[in-house]
Amino acid sequence: MFVRLTAAIAALSLLSSAAMAQAAKPTDPQIAHIAYTAGAIDIDAAKQALGKASTKEVKAFAQDMVRDHEVVNKQALDLVKKLKVTPEDNDTSKALSKQAADKLAELNKLKGAEYDRAYVANEVAYHKAVNGALETLLIPSATNPELKSLLQTGLKIFQGHQQHAEHVAASLK
Amino acid sequence: MSRRQFMLALALAAIAVPAQAATIQIVMQDLVFAPTEVSAKVGDSIKWVNKDVFAHTATARDGDFDVNLPPKKTVTSVLSKAGTIEYYCRYHPNMNAALKIAP
Repeated sequence: MFVRLTAAIAALSLLSSAAMAQAAKPTDPQIAHIAYTAGAIDIDAAKQALGKASTKEVKAFAQDMVRDHEVVNKQALDLVKKLKVTPEDNDTSKALSKQAADKLAELNKLKGAEYDRAYVANEVAYHKAVNGALETLLIPSATNPELKSLLQTGLKIFQGHQQHAEHVAASLK
Repeated sequence: MSRRQFMLALALAAIAVPAQAATIQIVMQDLVFAPTEVSAKVGDSIKWVNKDVFAHTATARDGDFDVNLPPKKTVTSVLSKAGTIEYYCRYHPNMNAALKIAP
C-alpha cells in the first residue's frame, strides 16, 4: 500500500517536471487548457470520493473540492470567452489526463478506510504538484495580465486545499 | 449619603453603563481576511463581508465561533467572549487572522 502510494506520488512529481521540461514556455491558450484540465481532474476525483468515501470529513472535503474547482473553472471559461481565446490541447494536458484516469481506476479498487486514506494522500500530492507547476511554469509564462491574475488566485485557493487535505490526512491516522 | 459617596456612586454607575456596542467590518477578498488583526470588545458585532466568489468560513481555533460565509455575502455575528482569538477559514486554512476582544 505504502509503496504503491509512494510510487504514484513519484510519478506525479516526475510528470510535472517532465511536463515542465517539455513545454518550456506554454502559450496562454495552452496554459488555459492545462489549468482547466487540472481543475476538471480534481472535480472527477472528488465526485468519485462522494460515492466511495466512508468518513464525514473526507466527504465534506470532496464537496469543498467540487464547489471551489467548479467556481475556478467557470471563472476560467468566462475569461477565455472574454479574451476570445480558444484553450488549446497540448502534451501537458494529455499527460495530466492520462495520469488522472489511471489514478481514478487505481482508487476505484480500494474500499473503506483504505480508500479514504489513498484519496486524501493523492489530494495532498496532486495539489502540491499543481501548485508547483503554477508557481514555476504557468504563472511566469502567462502573458495576459487577467489570466495571470486568475492563476494567482487559483494558486492561493489550491494552496488552501493542500493544507486542508493535509489536515484531513492527519485526522485519518 | 455624603457628597463623596454620591460622587462615587455616580462614577460607578457610569462604569456599569455599557459602552455603545460597535460594528466592525472584516472583509474577505482574494483569500485574505482584512484587516488581519482587529481589536474589539465583548458585545461588538463583526460584519463579515465576503467579496470572493468562493465560500469561506471564519472559524475560531478554540471553537468559540464558526461563521459560514457564502460567496458575495455579508454575515454579522456578535462577540460574546473576551480573549485573543485566532481564526481561519476551514476551506482554505492558509487564510488566518486574529481578534483581540476586550471584556
